[in-house]
Amino acid sequence: MTLAQFAVKNALRNPRRSLLTVLSVGVSLLLLTFLISLWRGFFQVPQAPAAVLRILSRHRVGLTAMLPSYYRDKMAALPGVVAVTSMDWVGGRYLNDNPENQFGQLAADPDTVFTVYTDWTVDPEQLRAWQRDRTGVAVQRLLAERMGWKLGDRIYLQAKTWPADFDLRVRAIFDAPSEWQVLLLSDQYFTESVPAMKDRVGIVALRVASEPQVAQVSQAIDAMFRNAPAPTLSQSEKAFQLYFMAMMGNVKEFIVGIAAAVVFTILLVTGNTMAMAVRERTREVALLKTLGFTRRAILGLFLGEGITLALLGGVLGTLGARLLLLGLSASSWGFYFHHMRVTGVEIGWGLAVAALVGAASTALPSARAARLDIIAGLRHMG
Amino acid sequence: MALPISYNLRNLRQRPGATVMTGLGIALTVTTALFIMMLLVGLRQAFLSTGEPLNLLVMRKGSETELSSVVTRGEALRLQNLAGVATGAGGRPLASGEIALAIVLPRPNGVEVNVSVRGLSAAGREMRPSVRLVAGRWFRSGQREVAVSTVVARRFAHAQLGDELAFGKGAWRVVGIFDAAGTAYASEIWANVDQVAADFDRPVYSVELLRARDLAARERLLRRVGEDQSLALEARPEPDYYANQTRSGIGIEILGTLVAIIMAVGASFAAMNTMYAAVAQRGREIATLRILGFSRASILASFVFESVVLALAGGVVGILMMLPFIGVSAGTFNALTFSEMVFTMQLTPALAAGALLFAVVMGALGGAAPAWQAARQEILAGLRD
Repeated sequence: MTLAQFAVKNALRNPRRSLLTVLSVGVSLLLLTFLISLWRGFFQVPQAPAAVLRILSRHRVGLTAMLPSYYRDKMAALPGVVAVTSMDWVGGRYLNDNPENQFGQLAADPDTVFTVYTDWTVDPEQLRAWQRDRTGVAVQRLLAERMGWKLGDRIYLQAKTWPADFDLRVRAIFDAPSEWQVLLLSDQYFTESVPAMKDRVGIVALRVASEPQVAQVSQAIDAMFRNAPAPTLSQSEKAFQLYFMAMMGNVKEFIVGIAAAVVFTILLVTGNTMAMAVRERTREVALLKTLGFTRRAILGLFLGEGITLALLGGVLGTLGARLLLLGLSASSWGFYFHHMRVTGVEIGWGLAVAALVGAASTALPSARAARLDIIAGLRHMG
Repeated sequence: MALPISYNLRNLRQRPGATVMTGLGIALTVTTALFIMMLLVGLRQAFLSTGEPLNLLVMRKGSETELSSVVTRGEALRLQNLAGVATGAGGRPLASGEIALAIVLPRPNGVEVNVSVRGLSAAGREMRPSVRLVAGRWFRSGQREVAVSTVVARRFAHAQLGDELAFGKGAWRVVGIFDAAGTAYASEIWANVDQVAADFDRPVYSVELLRARDLAARERLLRRVGEDQSLALEARPEPDYYANQTRSGIGIEILGTLVAIIMAVGASFAAMNTMYAAVAQRGREIATLRILGFSRASILASFVFESVVLALAGGVVGILMMLPFIGVSAGTFNALTFSEMVFTMQLTPALAAGALLFAVVMGALGGAAPAWQAARQEILAGLRD
């Protein structure tokens, strides 16, 4: 019998206790994996290669202040700029305020939006249909699937952010990364319906030819409008996302705090189990020693058992987190979880934490077992 | 006949290591759940304590937030002359045309975030008695001066008395710091409404705040504004407007509930483990108790009780660990003002009671199955152990 087999046999000796430990660690790791996924969803959004070349320019004062729309043409004339488009926040009400009916709505220019967002793809036929129909909309595919919209469907947005209703038809369904679950309506229709937004835009998005030009062009834009009535702030798409993240408040600290509590809980649970296991087998350990097992072997035996249990819990928890997230994404709350994923990276992190915590929590009881005095151990009463 | 409580307490003391570890596990679970709930209660408290019952907030019909509302100066004039509007010092109506904005300011660490700016008149300050000046003075009309809340002064760069904040068309001097007593105003910067209008080229107000003479007048004004077709405005009691914003805490609520449930399941398993071990250790003892005449029911009750006591102790420790967090300020994004909402964590008696109940449930869940096993054990088999 190898040492590994012996460790497995030992772990299965009290199956109920092992099962409870595995379940307990599993549940904690499910939560931890969930938190890791939340963290990565918030702070490590993968950058599409095309996104690296994009600049977003807004009013320096904030997103609620608008830029004059002629800025767009002035920016287009700058060297290095390949394409320019603009967007406005629409924020209408679809059916009601229920969470399942929340999604981003932007007014965009059908003629230029896909020239800046080159990583978005749309059927040329559908794009032409959207460009021809003033009340047409282009919907991101995941959003269209979630809402069950098909080409030609009617969508009615009630006034909320702006005092205007919008009667729209789906003309195009486009593919874009999942964080862009948006509906795009024609900015011409938007400004006609909202006179206050005539000749004004919320955000100008630009594409430049090469990566080094992102900083150059951003500075050139801001310099151009420094003393204009509406000074601009131009940033790379990534920096812009970080600005949104900063507004989420202390989310970062919360996630870290909860994760720490979860890890510590696993530590306690596994530690407790292993302490019980060691105490139970005191006499046995002494016997092993008389048979010539070294301290090292005994230490390895118990460490192996603890790590195995924790890893089993880890597998259970990470896979459970994956299932949970799949379930949540399919539910009516899906919108809130669309940026979260459990992939190999999250599972790897989860398992690493499980193994580490398993080892750390078993260290003390196993060391006690390894140091055990043979005579005292043999005399120990169960 | 029930087993004495001291029997359980002694048993817990018998295995100090396991007791402490299990208790700590439950304590941590309670702490985590409590932490999130304290945030939520603090956030709710901030919104629910904002607004005077007699104040009416008039906004564009259909508009959900001050930010997207428009009230023209002409409409504001008509509103303040409606019957039922209270009058203040010097007989002028208690009415304030206000502009609400979200601007970007840097934190002390340089990260830029949104913050709310409110342009208001002297009457607007008078109508919010919960807001008190704690340092400096109020801003003067015609001056680029602002007053900031104590929270804003702490959380943003260049927001101390005498500093200058850069927004709009230039620098604004901070001349006063106000304490908003934990209301939603604590996240705001206040300035004179006409100066804000000039700086942001906004000839119109966002909202008009009116003070009704009494509750009956308030109801009449609510109806009067809503029914006036020429106004296309709608009035609502100021507290209602802020109470509605409590849903900006929904993200914390979803996350918190999820975390609490998952951790509770994990902690119950751990408690179960400990109690099973206790039962296994005491096989002979349980059999002896049965011979002495204790019924199965009383043994069942005794073990569940032991587990609950353990969990309860964990719950108390969990609450104690959260005490230092009372009053700690935290920030979250409020979609309706498009800026950061700052609030302080609160521990209410109801919340503490809820936390203890949470612990008891965990203890009961963890103790039930082992206690059942203890109660069902055959006497002879137990004695032979």
